[in-house]
Amino acid sequence: MASINRLTLAHLWVAFVVFAAAAALGAWQMLVRSPLPAPFDAPDTYFAAVTLHGVAMAYVLTTFFIMGFGYFVAETALDRKLPALCAAWVGFALALLGTAMAVITVLLGKATVLYTFYPPLLGNAFFYIGLVLVVVGSWIWAALMIVAMAGWKREYPGRPVPLAMFGTVANAVMWLWTTAGVAVELLFQVIPAALGFKDTIDVGLSRTLFSWTLHAIVYFWLIPAYVGFYTMVPRAAGGRLYSDTMGRLTFILFLIYSLPVGMHHLFMDPEHGAGFKFLQMSMTVLVAVPTLLTVFTIGASLEIAGRVRGGRGLFGWIPALPWKNPTVLATGLAFVMLGFGGFGGIVNMSYGMNAMVHNTSWVTAHFHLIFGGSVVIMYFAIAYEIWPKLVGHQPRSLAPLRAQLWLWFLGIMVMTLPWHMLGLFGQPRRVAIFNYANPQIASWGPWVIVSTIGGFVMLASALLFIWNLAGGHAGAPEPDRHLHYAVAVHPPRRLPAALNGFGLWNALVAVLMLVAYGYPVAQFFWIEAPPAMVHRIGSGG
Amino acid sequence: MTEREILRSELRWGAIVAGAAGLIFAVIVVTAAALAIVPPSNVELIDPTTLQREGEFVEENLGTTVGPDGSITARIVATQFAFVPQCVPLPAGKRVTIRFATPDVIHGLIVTGTNVNTMVVPGYVSQIHTVFTTAGDHLMPCHEFCGIGHSEMWGVIRVIPAESWHPDPNGKVRCG
Repeated sequence: MASINRLTLAHLWVAFVVFAAAAALGAWQMLVRSPLPAPFDAPDTYFAAVTLHGVAMAYVLTTFFIMGFGYFVAETALDRKLPALCAAWVGFALALLGTAMAVITVLLGKATVLYTFYPPLLGNAFFYIGLVLVVVGSWIWAALMIVAMAGWKREYPGRPVPLAMFGTVANAVMWLWTTAGVAVELLFQVIPAALGFKDTIDVGLSRTLFSWTLHAIVYFWLIPAYVGFYTMVPRAAGGRLYSDTMGRLTFILFLIYSLPVGMHHLFMDPEHGAGFKFLQMSMTVLVAVPTLLTVFTIGASLEIAGRVRGGRGLFGWIPALPWKNPTVLATGLAFVMLGFGGFGGIVNMSYGMNAMVHNTSWVTAHFHLIFGGSVVIMYFAIAYEIWPKLVGHQPRSLAPLRAQLWLWFLGIMVMTLPWHMLGLFGQPRRVAIFNYANPQIASWGPWVIVSTIGGFVMLASALLFIWNLAGGHAGAPEPDRHLHYAVAVHPPRRLPAALNGFGLWNALVAVLMLVAYGYPVAQFFWIEAPPAMVHRIGSGG
Repeated sequence: MTEREILRSELRWGAIVAGAAGLIFAVIVVTAAALAIVPPSNVELIDPTTLQREGEFVEENLGTTVGPDGSITARIVATQFAFVPQCVPLPAGKRVTIRFATPDVIHGLIVTGTNVNTMVVPGYVSQIHTVFTTAGDHLMPCHEFCGIGHSEMWGVIRVIPAESWHPDPNGKVRCG
């Protein structure tokens, strides 16, 4: 146990320290965009900060949290030693080295390309190689998750894989599919050009390969939150999981429908015809299904808990829930944000409506609500849930934990609701400085100021989170170092192979990806689009 | 609760979810078809290294042109860090075509207060058909990071009331 705790703590500390630093950058960036005075508000500083903020939040916080939590689940849910612990440490070291390479390159001003690094703008090769190392580290993690589950199944033939591990392995399998797109883009297009071997790049192909990764990566970030919903929340509320099968179905649906939908990020792109945009939009509609199933199942599980605690009537079980428990509180807040964010997402993915909001502040608002809001607040809740097991001490008081979650929720809402409005007004994202002397832009000013206040509330919450983990867990010794996952109302005894593994679903993903991405990728090998000349950052070109 | 009861409730909810997803899909398809809303998808190639020297995007051809058949086309080059021309006049209430190309990196744009929105990708022409309904100046910011000067890249679409719309004898219209 002690060895897995060290491994998990190392991953989570990297994730959260980088997160807090990136939260500070984010708050400062909002100040630069606002009519208020901001220190150091030069465009190159701003865009370097946006690059760091995106890389830190999207790649470092997520990957390290997911790896650390995954290792913890593999050992605690399977109740079995993690195979090849040393390989996990190698993965950690590679990802940490990659993070350092990428961050230092950006700090030197050599890779101000934002975290989406769309060619033909090119930064220094060290930046991209650093990102590849982070991904390679995560591939080691994914392989270990698959090996751990396979080993457990050999030891306990016919037994259902515990749901927490089933969800974690679904994510590992999906992540291997997901990273294929960006890995091909980086290894065969971007890095050779960044190293100077090529002076041109096929940007239509690179955008298409990036879109392959760009949507499913969001579900990679999201699935740990759902593992928390299904396997921690019902128990924290004092009830049982309504349906184990629905959890499995949800994770399988995420694996299938996260991938063949990435082209909805390219609706406004000129290198694809309307047909495949429409096809992938149609499949995007189905991504709402696993979330709607989860809202039902977790809602029903909480209702069981509320009624056990004496709640009566149609809605009486809701106030009867133990809202003082941080995990239950985080779940309630996450669902509210998921509602707003889901609504915005439906607008984004609408084939026609997307034109109103594409690349405006609406999009920034959407993913900060869904990812920064719903997902990250569940990262907090999971950390609070497992921290006593990891460090052996309970928090001195739950009040600062609840205060931190409320601050995060309020900050997110105050920040993102004005952003949605600004997006509808046409405010572009990714712009450093606005000319508030222009009357139309001046009319955006008050909304921007309100959203900036939200950003600083989030920063306060991020710092309180670090304090809660670092200094707050000094209460009574934790009596039981084992994490107990939620039990289903009817725990499964035997399951069909399709609900206990991923072989069938991998075959289905392969078919869907061939249908959805076969032609869109292959077309670049015969339409003979004139390539773009690369533009290197920081070399005057 | 028996397993059968749980399954029944889940199937009922499953039907609601399927209905919701079906409804969302139907609304998107019906509005797209009824209003003829199609994202810019013409897949038309152009060589970014030569477009400023030859072809339709040479400098004298940029801006707004009214063709002999009365069709109205605006041609705009998006380049680090400006739209050329910076101000583009177009008439209110008439169908117009706007064509964009870039000689350098990826740009994007939205015309504020409208649903004119496209990426501009080197190697391709981005084409939009629209009808502007409100006269006045509409801002047109670049909305994809294109380099350190990206924040300076703002164009203007000047929508002119039909009664003030007067092309010159060559079919050209300019701001100011």
